[in-house]
Amino acid sequence: MSTLEIRDLQVAVGDKQILNGVNLTVKSGETHAIMGPNGSGKSTLAYAIAGHPKYTITGGQVLLDGVDMLELSVDERARAGLFLAMQYPVEVPGVSVSNFLRSAVTAVHGEAPKLRQFAKDLKAGMDALHIDAAFAQRNLNEGFSGGEKKRHEILQLELLKPKIAILDETDSGLDVDALRVVSEGVNRFRETGETGVLLITHYTRILRYVKPDFVHVFAAGKVVEEGGPELADKLEAEGYEQYTRASA
Amino acid sequence: MGLNEKPLSTLHEKASYDLDDFEVPTGREEAWRFTPLARLRGLHNGTAEVTGQVLTQAYTPAGVSSEWVGRDDARIGRAYVPADRISAQAYNAFEKALVVTVPKEAVLAEPIRVEVRGGGVDGASYGHIVVVVEPLAEAIVVIEHQGSAVYASNVEFVVGDGATLRVVSLQDWQDDAVHVSHHHAQLAKDATFRSFVVTLGGDLVRLSPSVSYTGPGGDADLAGVYFVDAGQHLEHRLLVDHSRPDCRSNVDYRGALQGEGAHAVWIGDVIIRVEAEGTDTYELNRNLILTDGARADSVPNLEILTGEVAGAGHASTSGRLDDEHIFYLQARGIPFDEARRLVIRGFLGQLIEKIQIDEIRDRVMSAVEAELAR
Repeated sequence: MSTLEIRDLQVAVGDKQILNGVNLTVKSGETHAIMGPNGSGKSTLAYAIAGHPKYTITGGQVLLDGVDMLELSVDERARAGLFLAMQYPVEVPGVSVSNFLRSAVTAVHGEAPKLRQFAKDLKAGMDALHIDAAFAQRNLNEGFSGGEKKRHEILQLELLKPKIAILDETDSGLDVDALRVVSEGVNRFRETGETGVLLITHYTRILRYVKPDFVHVFAAGKVVEEGGPELADKLEAEGYEQYTRASA
Repeated sequence: MGLNEKPLSTLHEKASYDLDDFEVPTGREEAWRFTPLARLRGLHNGTAEVTGQVLTQAYTPAGVSSEWVGRDDARIGRAYVPADRISAQAYNAFEKALVVTVPKEAVLAEPIRVEVRGGGVDGASYGHIVVVVEPLAEAIVVIEHQGSAVYASNVEFVVGDGATLRVVSLQDWQDDAVHVSHHHAQLAKDATFRSFVVTLGGDLVRLSPSVSYTGPGGDADLAGVYFVDAGQHLEHRLLVDHSRPDCRSNVDYRGALQGEGAHAVWIGDVIIRVEAEGTDTYELNRNLILTDGARADSVPNLEILTGEVAGAGHASTSGRLDDEHIFYLQARGIPFDEARRLVIRGFLGQLIEKIQIDEIRDRVMSAVEAELAR
């Protein structure tokens, strides 16, 4: 059992305060959806937790099983069991997917995987996500389509098996087929019940495939409303207008 | 014309076998302004004594002739005429030249190896190497520079009609070496030339690879990788002179720099003359600056004198490691040092992959690994 506890998190970019005290707890077996309009600070939350250098923490804590992630380096956080599926995965020239994945698995699991087992896991993972085998030899994210990048993020999620996964708009830019494939990957990851998911999205569409237990509405850098899955239906019907108006 | 006041074609028109035709450089000349003359140990001004201990040895597979010949041999200086002071100095000072000949239509299974090994920096050594690849022959030449030396040389690659020559030149000198060389390739009709330069060691290395064409259809690829550590000056000056129609050239040099006083210089000159219609050329230089105190000067120059080119372009970038790359790898648990190594290895490795000889590619890769581990 793991718990990610975000306590009164405040984050700035440069002089601009983006997050104004976020409180949220995600436990193993739970899926939390964070929904909100563009510019509400959803992605900032994701990147700040992961430790992107652009974001400055101005207050609060992010505890994973009691350990403050904000005290750790980016890679230490990942090794502690945090995973961020990025909205815009960066292209890294000259680093092959297979080399990258092996390095990541080795780092996160603390030992190099047996080559044969790794090859097997990789193939199974790629097959399940409808990723062509030739991908393994390509450079990391280089020339990948938007959908390919997202599937590759989920492949990493399945291989690294983190305690808590944060998915930052993994659904954006995906057609329905790709969305289904990606959602199935997330559901495989969830099905053990030993992992928690924080799913950030602008649209309710993905929630039809990945059912959340809790829905949090984000506006102006904090959670403004919380509820169960029914809250997503309400947002679907009414949009974010009431929240943006209230915060303006 | 880039930063030069004069057109490239005039900048490169001076060529002579006579040392007196070249002034002693002062450092203000376009061709010398980046080079720290004081560290040349007298190669440029005649004060270097010719008492150096450089041993050059050739290992050739069967069917290839390798000879040491006197200065009067007709094959010397045919493809290349010295174009600067040190080149002329070397031309006038070498004792015997190494001439390697790959006969017509011979296809070599094994590379020709030339070892240039220095025994110290007391006194200078001068060398001259000619590699002749006769028509339709195919050969690989690996030149390795090792040890410690004050060394200047001219190397001529004469590639015959329809012939293919691949060259790897590895500058793996010790920290105090000073090395100044011209490597000139002359391509006949439909000749193919592939050059791979790897410069890692030395206090000062100034290498000038150049290409000329004597017939149409010539095809030259010039790739280079360098890793510059604190205090090193590694300079590569390329010249591709397109004077015949329908020839191709591609230049891709990449380097990584780290440490105080690490200095990389890359000059990429391409001339497309009036006669050279249908030329297709591209040149690229990329520098990865890993620490403060390192500096890369990168100057691509392209002079087009004909209206009929198939393609002509150049690009130059010098920058830091991309934070986003490092973040992405770290976010997958990979520690910073390893993430950094992966990115640098990837940056250089894309080029190194192009070396088609497994053994050499592995050696170059492990040499780069060793640099990264420093």
